[in-house]
Amino acid sequence: MNKIDRANEKALDIINRGEPVLVDIKFAKDVLVGMEKNVIGHAGPPLEWEQMTGPLRGAILGAIKYEGLAENDEDALKLVLEKKVVFKHNHSMGAVGPMTGMITYSMPLYEVKNETFGNYAYCTFNEGLGKVMRFGANDENVIKKLKWLETVLAPVMKEMLEKFGPINLKVLISKAMAMGDEMHQRNIAASALFLREVSPKIVQIVKDPEILMEVMAFIAGNEQFFLNMAMASGKVIMDPVKGIKDSTVVTAMSRNGTNFGIKVSGLGETWYEAPVEMPIGLYFPGFSEKDANPDIGDSTIIETFGVGGFAMASAPAVVRFVGAESVDAAYNYTKEMGEITVGVSPHYVIPTMNFIGTPTGIDIRKVVEYNIPPVINTGMASKIAGVGQVGAGIVKAPMDCFIKAVTAFAEIYEPGEE
Amino acid sequence: MTGVGSIFNENLKVINIGIESFFDSMKDQSIPVVHVEWKPPAGGNEKLMDILEKLKK
Repeated sequence: MNKIDRANEKALDIINRGEPVLVDIKFAKDVLVGMEKNVIGHAGPPLEWEQMTGPLRGAILGAIKYEGLAENDEDALKLVLEKKVVFKHNHSMGAVGPMTGMITYSMPLYEVKNETFGNYAYCTFNEGLGKVMRFGANDENVIKKLKWLETVLAPVMKEMLEKFGPINLKVLISKAMAMGDEMHQRNIAASALFLREVSPKIVQIVKDPEILMEVMAFIAGNEQFFLNMAMASGKVIMDPVKGIKDSTVVTAMSRNGTNFGIKVSGLGETWYEAPVEMPIGLYFPGFSEKDANPDIGDSTIIETFGVGGFAMASAPAVVRFVGAESVDAAYNYTKEMGEITVGVSPHYVIPTMNFIGTPTGIDIRKVVEYNIPPVINTGMASKIAGVGQVGAGIVKAPMDCFIKAVTAFAEIYEPGEE
Repeated sequence: MTGVGSIFNENLKVINIGIESFFDSMKDQSIPVVHVEWKPPAGGNEKLMDILEKLKK
């Protein structure tokens, strides 16, 4: 076994021992390193305003209004152009966010702990579908909903966790996959299981029947409610895999709407980037491919730990939603991801494939050698700021990220057995 | 007829490796055929093949 194979076995072991647990609700200002009132966290590798696409710009203007730094889009834009706001990519602050990935000072975050290794990761609350900030929408209803998450839902969830204790997300994910979720575009079972877990607790905490109804209806009414917890799970599982000497395993994949970036264990914190691709899929009524923005979001952390598109076979019902042609195609996607990974998960298994574990631990060498890019299930945002989601589909990670990473790796690697 | 010439007088049973359109056209002609998905390593890029070779050592 050469040094890389040995290091990759170690990486796989760390992934498979990951134990994501929802422990608390925290506010970005209290836990994210470098978070200030004028800082805007965004998805993907770092980039500047000039390179950003429509939905990201729209979401940023909304985030500035949400923080009360400006009253309207015009004033918000002025702050951006005068460089009075600072952009930071979420991964650099120990967090992730779906689509545009907005994280600002006052936002509540899920705090997820990896019980095995003791590290933490954070993700925002899911706002629901349609016109929401993560898809670039930014009108007053969007801001109002975010304020409701901050002032109503977050305190309830925090009190619930304090009173009744942490919730094991690994168990929920593994159960949900047995019920037909793949955790990226289908979180129906996980959201329902979460609701089942929290309902008897929340009813003991919230005394005002109107607020109780609002909270329960919000959680119950969002089939993607669990997505953000799955993302924080991905981040908290993958972070301990960073920095293993000689490992070619991918530790993060993320997109900012302009570029797709990957990080590799043995290459530290460097992003290897290439232009993002366009997802191919199904559009909501009234929209078509000419309305869609290129690929965006931190949610590819889900595929990084071996679910999402990698587990498409566990979710036959998602096949049509993301525009795949058949259930057989879903099986083929999962089998193909098995070609580019180090091993399988012992916890996240696929009942429809005789309980085989999901393909886990993306090896950049295999991606390049077999010319098979990771497959991702994703939502699609309108390319026009403020419109929101226009569909869902499948997108491939750009091969150039992996070619750049494998080339950089070869420059520092000293061959040898171990 | 013996040797290679015999294939012109027998029913063909084909294993197609690589290019899928060959598989499709034989299937369209009702010729029994199985397809093996194969691509040259690293898309045939020799520089990348050298890099990958180093990473196998």
